[in-house]
Amino acid sequence: MGNVLVWAVWVAAAFACLGSGAAVVSFTNPFYSALALIGNLGSLAVLYLLLSAEFVAAAQVLVYAGAVMVMFLFVIAYLGRHADAPWAGGPSWQALGAVAAAGALMVEIVVVIGLKASGRLSEAPDVGSAFGSPTEVGKLFLTDHLLAFEITSIVLLAAAVGGVVLGSQASDEERIR
Amino acid sequence: MMGPDLTWYLAVAAFLFAIGTLGVMLRRSPLIILLSIEIMLNGANLAFISFSRHHAEMDGQIFALAVMAVAASEVVVGLGLIVAVHRRRLELDVDKLSTLRG
Repeated sequence: MGNVLVWAVWVAAAFACLGSGAAVVSFTNPFYSALALIGNLGSLAVLYLLLSAEFVAAAQVLVYAGAVMVMFLFVIAYLGRHADAPWAGGPSWQALGAVAAAGALMVEIVVVIGLKASGRLSEAPDVGSAFGSPTEVGKLFLTDHLLAFEITSIVLLAAAVGGVVLGSQASDEERIR
Repeated sequence: MMGPDLTWYLAVAAFLFAIGTLGVMLRRSPLIILLSIEIMLNGANLAFISFSRHHAEMDGQIFALAVMAVAASEVVVGLGLIVAVHRRRLELDVDKLSTLRG
């Protein structure tokens, strides 16, 4: 019974995830695309919960679907009608090539994983309730992965400085104009 | 494990990555391209987390959190560039922003 429930939740989350992903790519109004991406991130968080990654799921909802997407929506609102993105009238062979390349990439991923790992993917070990909890994540971040933690802070600092520099340069040019 | 095994999660991850690639290659608006890159990063994150569950090792989750931080930084710089392009009264179309082409 519990098994059926897990499958039902998985199917719902996976189809919501793929459907909203396709919606992000196909909408011409970037506002709707951003809203669809929020749905995509939310259904991914459900998948993370099914994989017993509770902390990552919470961070996904708070940081990604919350903070990052709010930034996106601010910029889309700032751009107004300039943000509209009609489907480009480029040559159709370009679109066909893009579809073929994306399909080839997916087939490649599936084939490589299938060749390398088929037969060993079915049974997963049982994990305790501590797996994926904030305590365990924090312990790993401050012991085994301390370097990654520090580098992450430097990357975020560099991005913040870069954002400020890009913004201030743009306002200088506006003044000259 | 109860419910779907690793193969199904990896199939979803591969689909997500392919959808993101399609968006990057098909669309011309830098905003939609940034959103598609987010989809690709999330496909990779899903693969990381499903392998982490499969091996009962939490290192994959740590990597997924690092990817999340990198994605946030990428969005900051990307949106800064888009706003800068808009303020110079240029059209938001990656095909027309070709000044740097050799």
